[in-house]
Amino acid sequence: MSDAPDRSDSGDANDATDVDDASEAVDVADANDAAGPGELGAAETVAATDGPGDEPESNDSAVEEAAKHIPSGPPSGTPPLRVEGLVKRFGGVTAVDGASFEVESGSLTGLIGPNGAGKSTTFNCITGVHEPTAGKVYFEGEDITGLKPYQIARKGLVRTFQIARELAEMTVLENLMLAPQGQLGESAIRAVTPGLRGGVVEEETALRERAWETLEFFEIDHLAHEHAGNLSGGQRKLLEMARALMTDPEMVLLDEPLAGVNPTLEEKLLDRVHDLRADGYTFLLVEHDMDVIMNNCERVIVMHQGSVLAEGTGDEIRNDERVIEAYLGEDL
Amino acid sequence: MSDANAPDGSASGPSDGTSDPPESATAAVVEAARESDLGLVVGTLLAIYAAATLLTFTDGLNSVAGLMETLTFLGLVYALTALALNLQWGYTGLFNIGVAGFMAVGVYTMGMVVRSPDPAFGPPGLGLPLPVGIVAGMGMAALLGAVAALPALRLKADYLAIVTLGLSEIVRLSLQSSAFDNFLRDTIGAGTGGGRGMGMPDNPVRELFLVDGQAGTPTALGDPVFGVFGNGGLGISHPILIGWGYIAVLAAFLVAFYLILERLGRSPFGRTMKAIREDELVANSLGKDVNLVKIKVFVIGCALMGLAGILWFGSQGNVSPTPQFRPLLTFYVFIAVIIGGSGSNTGSVLGGIVFAAVLFEGPRRVGGTVRGLIDAETPPSFGDALVSLDPVTFLAYATDNIAPLQFVFLGLVLVFIIHRRPEGILGDRIETAAAVDLSERPTGGESDE
Repeated sequence: MSDAPDRSDSGDANDATDVDDASEAVDVADANDAAGPGELGAAETVAATDGPGDEPESNDSAVEEAAKHIPSGPPSGTPPLRVEGLVKRFGGVTAVDGASFEVESGSLTGLIGPNGAGKSTTFNCITGVHEPTAGKVYFEGEDITGLKPYQIARKGLVRTFQIARELAEMTVLENLMLAPQGQLGESAIRAVTPGLRGGVVEEETALRERAWETLEFFEIDHLAHEHAGNLSGGQRKLLEMARALMTDPEMVLLDEPLAGVNPTLEEKLLDRVHDLRADGYTFLLVEHDMDVIMNNCERVIVMHQGSVLAEGTGDEIRNDERVIEAYLGEDL
Repeated sequence: MSDANAPDGSASGPSDGTSDPPESATAAVVEAARESDLGLVVGTLLAIYAAATLLTFTDGLNSVAGLMETLTFLGLVYALTALALNLQWGYTGLFNIGVAGFMAVGVYTMGMVVRSPDPAFGPPGLGLPLPVGIVAGMGMAALLGAVAALPALRLKADYLAIVTLGLSEIVRLSLQSSAFDNFLRDTIGAGTGGGRGMGMPDNPVRELFLVDGQAGTPTALGDPVFGVFGNGGLGISHPILIGWGYIAVLAAFLVAFYLILERLGRSPFGRTMKAIREDELVANSLGKDVNLVKIKVFVIGCALMGLAGILWFGSQGNVSPTPQFRPLLTFYVFIAVIIGGSGSNTGSVLGGIVFAAVLFEGPRRVGGTVRGLIDAETPPSFGDALVSLDPVTFLAYATDNIAPLQFVFLGLVLVFIIHRRPEGILGDRIETAAAVDLSERPTGGESDE
């Protein structure tokens, strides 16, 4: 099947077509799963076609114009994220109990599990919000266990939050311009001293442009001057993702990005994720909704009672006895 | 601000062709003033001056100039301190309720460094030049800020408030202690003067007008000024004229404070500050070293509070710990920031001026004037005043006891503001946190296809 009609159907007829073009040009292999989150069932056979070596550098310059900084990609062969024997205890409660998994470069990996399976705690341990009781987290081959959240973010691993945490009293544009790393004007001296401020202003001008382009990509540019606190729930989710991308990450952890989002916006969000993945970003997606995971992720990790129960393609997971048991009563 | 300069609203019509014409000429002036920050501040000052004139014009020009001088001085020093607090609390959300302590450290350090080693009375000092003293005062306040911030910022935000309040009281009580005074005299050769306080070094502004600060020997600058405005001319007393000279210095510092803080706010650093105020975890997750930024902000803010303390109390002749540096001072500064609208530098300046003139000094002056107009006996107690059922008697009682009643008034105003306009005068404005104009949309992005 040709993916072109599918994409224009799902892609809200907006002029972010450059990205669509680019992704078409890039990976025909990806086209099936990138096609339509709207098409339930069609993507069942998806993941198998997708090799681990989804090289970012195959993108053409049209994507670069979309103002997204394309990840340089990890050293070949190293999975961007590897979690080994992760344990997290809160007092007597063991929330994560020896979870181990890997996320492949350039993939969209789903992390599912019933309530209390330890998904969010795993996320928090990876991103430094919690310090793991035991176990190791490697990002691009480097041990990042126990680093502070800001240190992990600077390495190119950023996250969004389950409940959108917009900076309410800042405008949408300011929310985005906050994110880029290592801005000159983050030094108080540079921001104030007359001779040095010139460089800051110059950088800010470029940043403003990039922020506008990112807003256009997510189709929230009409909200640029609103206080982020005035946005709807779904718009906040878009803002969160846009903000995460402005940090110029290698990998993005999405913590239930679709919770409380209406179906139209959900499609838009998933479209963006697929576009970005085609550009070489790696995504790890925690989601409650099994259909979303099955239809969009080529690899699925199932957590249960704090450890990894099963790993595989959507089909493998769907037919896995243990998973069915864990989700007893749930419609897979 | 040209419009706002005209004290009489009806004089200047809506000359600027705005799209929707305001209802009246006064509204036009208010509109123009709102658009320009300087206009807003100058307009407020002029309104306060008009009220002051109304209150004292019967006593002659000297009284008018004197009252204006007092109000302006208080307005400016509150504005300076409010700006420093706004950086910490308004921008970054750091709840520092030890403002008084940091101001005390600033002014006391300055005094100890600058005072003569062998003074005629009071504790000895190090005898260094005034600029050294000012820098030392700011440095000491900054150092104390860092000492307070380092442990407190590791804890939850509220603990910073407790730590700073405690610290400010420790500072005050230490300065009051004669044991601490003696200890300092023995170790560094400069004392605090304990509970008696210490005299402040001569104000250099006074020496601009008078040779060696001696009354009766005007300098080349003082002579013409005294000639025109003083006894030879308008009849304004020399201390008031020198006071106005000092106000010019304060105004220069205020402008400098304001510009520095505006630049700091309108930068990526400012964005990070605001982000920390809004949601620390988000700032952290976006790669910002939250603790480092907080410490920087705290240290900068405390240094500015130290400087504000020097400019304020250093010009008052004598400082002593207890009446001046009680926690009450901190809360006054908080009220100024709240009135102006936390998070806005212009709001803080405005809040400082409005608080000092309208809430702090104004009621006392109005009360005194009103009492002078009433021909009635003052009843001995509030109960008697109430029982008399005579409004004139009650008013006589109220105006005679204006100092305590002023706090009731202050409380009512605060309740009103929190209820009706919690964001303060200017708190609803969007203070851009970027070094460039964000409303300007680059055209390049849209042509991209």
